[in-house]
Amino acid sequence: MSKELQGSAGVFATARLISAKDLRVERRSRVLLNQVLPFALIVMVMFAFALDSDAILERVAPGLVWLATLFSVLVMVSRSFAVETADGALDQLRSAGVPATGIFIGKMLALMAQLLVLVALLVGAAVVLYRASFSWEGGVLLVTTAIAATCGLAAVGTLYGGLAAGAKGRETLLPLLLLPVVAPVLIGATRATESAFGTNGIAISEGWPWLGLLVVFAVLFSVAGAVAFGPLLDD
Amino acid sequence: MTTTDTNTSTNSSPRDRVTGTPFTRGLGVVILAGMTLLIILGIFVSPADVNQGESVRIMYAHVPGAWLAYLAFVVTGISSAAYLWKRTRSLTWDRIAGASAEVGVLFMGISLVTGSLWGRITWGTYWTWDARLTTTAFLFVTYIGYLAVRGLGGTHQQRARRSAVLALLAVLEIPLVHFSVQLWNTLHQEASVAGRGTDVEMDGLMLFTLFLGVAVFTLMYVWLLLHRQRSLALDDMLDDSGLDNALTARRAEAQGVAR
Amino acid sequence: MDDAGFIFASYIITFGAVGAYALGIIRRARKSSREVPRDERPWL
Repeated sequence: MSKELQGSAGVFATARLISAKDLRVERRSRVLLNQVLPFALIVMVMFAFALDSDAILERVAPGLVWLATLFSVLVMVSRSFAVETADGALDQLRSAGVPATGIFIGKMLALMAQLLVLVALLVGAAVVLYRASFSWEGGVLLVTTAIAATCGLAAVGTLYGGLAAGAKGRETLLPLLLLPVVAPVLIGATRATESAFGTNGIAISEGWPWLGLLVVFAVLFSVAGAVAFGPLLDD
Repeated sequence: MTTTDTNTSTNSSPRDRVTGTPFTRGLGVVILAGMTLLIILGIFVSPADVNQGESVRIMYAHVPGAWLAYLAFVVTGISSAAYLWKRTRSLTWDRIAGASAEVGVLFMGISLVTGSLWGRITWGTYWTWDARLTTTAFLFVTYIGYLAVRGLGGTHQQRARRSAVLALLAVLEIPLVHFSVQLWNTLHQEASVAGRGTDVEMDGLMLFTLFLGVAVFTLMYVWLLLHRQRSLALDDMLDDSGLDNALTARRAEAQGVAR
Repeated sequence: MDDAGFIFASYIITFGAVGAYALGIIRRARKSSREVPRDERPWL
């Protein structure tokens, strides 16, 4: 009923408010800055210990960047919904008639913005630690890949985070639900980043089809999330 | 603490039918007979394959199991959609979806094991990163997650809504995973080994054994689905009838023990 | 027969697992059916 009353403008106004709120929470609590980013960095260092060879590290750098991203996504999604469910804030939002689609888009955008910062840092770490390098052209591919991939990850993360929100044992359930779904992102983003880095002499032009896969994924799950988020929270 | 079977209950004697009906009993007899015939034909009577040798015998148990697992997941998807659609909304659909997913996970787990045993004999390796195999593994994990979500708690309606949405998301996820693995795989290695040795001329008896396997597994699926769906219904009713009944029963039991 | 162990193992795993699952369902159902009145079961 609220959807009809507030219309699509209500959805986007809600989305803006929610994402601004999430980013403000982050700016004040600095959980991403003080906990998640250092965690991702230590994962990158641990990879180097495990693989123990400069040549191998250079070869697998793109995959490690995205694996570290996936691990961090799990933490960040948990955090994103812990904020909402701590005081029953999500239930209050819903009972106040705030459109679910707006909540979804808002939380997704906030998550995506944080993920972009994380990916930028991890790419920097790959350049420093794993001797990755890229040209200007590769940089363009890298940026578009990062945008498409983080959009897909944020959509799926918000959707499944909302699904598990408020239930007992969600911290352990989330990885089980999320990781199989984001496998296409890992595959697509890693291949695209490989060609951006020129790993193993892969040409930059080979990366664009993988970017296509990422875009399809992002679009499909953004739409699915916008549609399904309401029924998920409605109970 | 375990409840003993000798404990006389108010509603049902041990001989009482719980989830069985005359139909499922008859079905059970047919399944046992078919299973016996399948084992005799599959392991002892049917000939070895020209290409695969003796390992083809595993296929009579593996292929039907995999097919029925896929069918079970399709049933889960359809009944989830039926639950979400307002006109057909009923917790029965939700329980069918849950029961079917559980049976599907069981069959798929079995198929993954028998398939890798077959692969070890035929290909010399338990696993290949073939698109079909990898997608199957993802399906398996996805529906394990689905079952975990069903166990999250909340009201029956909450459980039904959550799991139905998740089942429909799985329908979206699986083609994407399959497609991306296929794309990844074709760059890495030549066309999969899975195609090898499967399209051979099949001897009549071999074909019959395979069909028998499909028939037996289909009947097993129906039997398991009916029973599981009913036992889920029992569990739901138990929840509905409240903890009160259970508590009084336990109290009576505890007094019995004390005396 | 070559690889008899693998072949027998796959049949045992298959039917063993299905059988164990079926028994599990029946046992669990017996347990919960004690508390549910008989006339509430639509399939009977």
